[in-house]
Amino acid sequence: MVSTQEYKVIGTRPIRHDGLDKVTGRAVYGADIKLPGMLYGDVLRSPHAHARIKSVDTSGAEAMDGVIAVMTSADMPEAGDKIVDLGEGEINLKYASNHIIASGKVNFKGHPVAAVAATSTNIAREAVRAIKVEYEVLPSAITVDEALADGAPIICEEMVGDDLGEEVKNTNMASHFRHEFGDLEKGFSEATTIVEHRYDLAMVHQGYIEPQNATAVWNEEGRIKVWVSTQGSFSTRTQIAGVLQIDESRINVVPLEIGGGFGGKIPIYLEPLAAILSKKSGGKPVRILMDRTDVFDATGPTPGGWVNVKMGVNDEGIITAAESDIRFDAGGFPGSPVGAAAMCVFSCYDIANTRIDGYDIIVNKPKTAAYRAPGSTHVAFATESVVDEICEKIGMDVVEFRLKNASKEGSRRADGPIFPLIGNVETLEASQASPHWQSELVRDGGNGKLRGRGIANGYWFNIGFKSSVNLSVNTDGTVMLVEGSTDIGGTRVSIAMQAAEVLGIPAEDVRPTVVDTDSVGYTDVTGGSRTCYATGYAAYNAAKSLITKLTTRAASIWDLSEDQIEFSEGKFASKSDPELSMTFKELASQLNDTGGPVNSTGAVDLENAGGSFATHIVDLEIDPETGKTDVVRYTTVQDVGTAIHPSYVEGQMQGGAVQGIGWALNEEYFMSDEGAMENASFLDYRMPTSLDLPEIETILVEVPNPVHPYGVRGVGETPIVPPVAAIANAIYDALGIRLRSAPMNPGRILVALKEKNG
Amino acid sequence: MVDKIHVKTTINGLPQEFLVDPFMSLLETLRDVLNLTGTKEGCNDGNCGACTVVLDGRIVDSCCVLGAEIEGKTVETIEGMAGPDGLHPLQQAFLEEAALQCGICTPGFLVSAKALLEREPEADEHRIRYWLAGNLCRCTGYDKIIKAVQKVQA
Repeated sequence: MVSTQEYKVIGTRPIRHDGLDKVTGRAVYGADIKLPGMLYGDVLRSPHAHARIKSVDTSGAEAMDGVIAVMTSADMPEAGDKIVDLGEGEINLKYASNHIIASGKVNFKGHPVAAVAATSTNIAREAVRAIKVEYEVLPSAITVDEALADGAPIICEEMVGDDLGEEVKNTNMASHFRHEFGDLEKGFSEATTIVEHRYDLAMVHQGYIEPQNATAVWNEEGRIKVWVSTQGSFSTRTQIAGVLQIDESRINVVPLEIGGGFGGKIPIYLEPLAAILSKKSGGKPVRILMDRTDVFDATGPTPGGWVNVKMGVNDEGIITAAESDIRFDAGGFPGSPVGAAAMCVFSCYDIANTRIDGYDIIVNKPKTAAYRAPGSTHVAFATESVVDEICEKIGMDVVEFRLKNASKEGSRRADGPIFPLIGNVETLEASQASPHWQSELVRDGGNGKLRGRGIANGYWFNIGFKSSVNLSVNTDGTVMLVEGSTDIGGTRVSIAMQAAEVLGIPAEDVRPTVVDTDSVGYTDVTGGSRTCYATGYAAYNAAKSLITKLTTRAASIWDLSEDQIEFSEGKFASKSDPELSMTFKELASQLNDTGGPVNSTGAVDLENAGGSFATHIVDLEIDPETGKTDVVRYTTVQDVGTAIHPSYVEGQMQGGAVQGIGWALNEEYFMSDEGAMENASFLDYRMPTSLDLPEIETILVEVPNPVHPYGVRGVGETPIVPPVAAIANAIYDALGIRLRSAPMNPGRILVALKEKNG
Repeated sequence: MVDKIHVKTTINGLPQEFLVDPFMSLLETLRDVLNLTGTKEGCNDGNCGACTVVLDGRIVDSCCVLGAEIEGKTVETIEGMAGPDGLHPLQQAFLEEAALQCGICTPGFLVSAKALLEREPEADEHRIRYWLAGNLCRCTGYDKIIKAVQKVQA
């Protein structure tokens, strides 16, 4: 099923409203803010991955000219073991507080220990160096296997782990859960071919270009105002309120433009430190900026770890059973996305008998955060590699096998839910028919390099949750749209377009503004691919409500009842008298003389979302001399529900694919034995550049989401899911070598070639 | 503390005169002394290109130049790219082609791309990709950026 709905605004490509400020340098990002009397903060960070703090002496810093305030964990309120819901995930406030600034122990290199505010950045930096900390260095555990080994150092000493419902003490295993359906043993006994392998992945970073920043004022009335770069102004407010133990209503979070997030700008890092330093300096504004090393060392990457997948198929090529063991490193505190990984690991397939075990494991590395479809890329690497191995063993085409076993409406996802209408089959079919898949791979480019083609599937469930939108009509017929969703990559325009579609006016006539938490209703994070879907839905509701109110106004002008008026094609008209007709604009021009302004609000709390599937196809060229892999052709195919603004949908698909390409081929936290990241710069943590890539082709499949008025599915996250697996499958096609560890960098490829060729 | 240095220079065609700490980078000078915050910091070590400006006709990462070094020179930043007649064609093409998502790298890309097209108006796709490899973008996958530059060439 592909969308046939006719729209006026949806599906067009208007210029984004915030674009002009962003191409001229006028847009104000977090680090651009400068307030009168502002102080500059800096943070002292632990040089050790695991150590007990024996003493902190701040007297040297306090004595320096220009230093106004110094703080340590002693300035933080005592946080209890309280769980707070952030919309996308939960946090334990005690861990959150200890994460913001270490209390008693440091759990990762870069863990904040103290912070200062001074009259200049330079003085603040010097002051931080004057703070003396005495550490008792402890042994560290860097990988999930090290952390679970006998005798491993215990990182969160008071934590009680949850092992399938049993309480466990003295462990680094925060949780172990299981999803089980059908009869696994019976399923495997029906299989004639079984493949099982373990896939390892290194920790990688979101790599947004804008480092974290926060500016805060804590005034004499006990109110806090924070200017910040965040994916969620309200979740930032909730976290600050929890950590500082004050009412949310006393905090106003002002979201400035955000320079990328990908999940990494949901947690707070600097905000409470800036606020406490402001309080200690008598209410002066304090701004703290991270540098790139701080970002790598101390903000949430996505986990490393491993995924074991065992899959059995019968003679007809039907998957009879599948089993997975997923172990993620959470970083220095509990909370990796292993739960989400378990929801995704077998989601592309309809499998009767499944068992999934997930483990959340604490290690001495930075606390992980969400990263675009968190956990799903890891498990797709394993599942989609195993699927290709099975296809080779049973001699079946890799797309036919995927189609034959594809999950569809009514299939049960391996963690329980039954799929509503989804576009998995349609996406696979579109991939099969694509110019890329239909083209012949030229294996010999005549340059001594080896070529291969790979394909892989991916899934992300997407989320709904809470959003608020306010609309007000101007007398010139334009509409102001106020929203709480921070705009990372074009959601102002895609939300405005949904309101414009309802109102029958051009997208340019709806002016969207992202406002602070004092100025709009609660809105969950820009994450989970929810913004265009849920905030778009709120805008739709607000626009419908506006039409209802304007119909009432038209009725009063014409002295008719509301049910005698219809609104269509942007016009209010009497059903009986063809003379009585007004465009939206004409009615707007009369508002001030006929009863005053007309405003409306829309609010949603959506339990369901529409999951999204993607299939990626990649052609690679590998230099056997150097082991270097070049991507020579790349196609992304995705069920996007309905593409509101196709350019920004394509942009999500292309950007996600390229992050996945970097993950597959290059990116990695190189950890020393002592737990220090040894490549904490953009030179050494090498992300793809324009020269590393070809054009990224996009094919948009539109299977409308039945629970959204315009059929919107989230699109932002799914594109990062298939690339690592697709590239592993292409490397196998090129070299006949199955790489089961990411990144599949030149060193690994050379070693594998040497092993194969002797 | 050492004394500040007095600097006279030309930025975006206008004469500028200011005092700057000798250790301050051009990036910090533009942002903190002159309030030209359109030039962005992504890494502060010459690897991301978000702070790209033109110094005496040459593109540089402003984080790797000292503020005091621009004495007597000319600097062009993103703030000087649009004029009274409107946007530069590259700025317009970036808008039309959706060549930005979060926008933090956009000023650097625009300054770099403008320098390329002034030198090599006929640059082919490979050359454009090579030239822009000093600017990191994490959102777009570069596809729409390259197409926007090509649109201006057409």
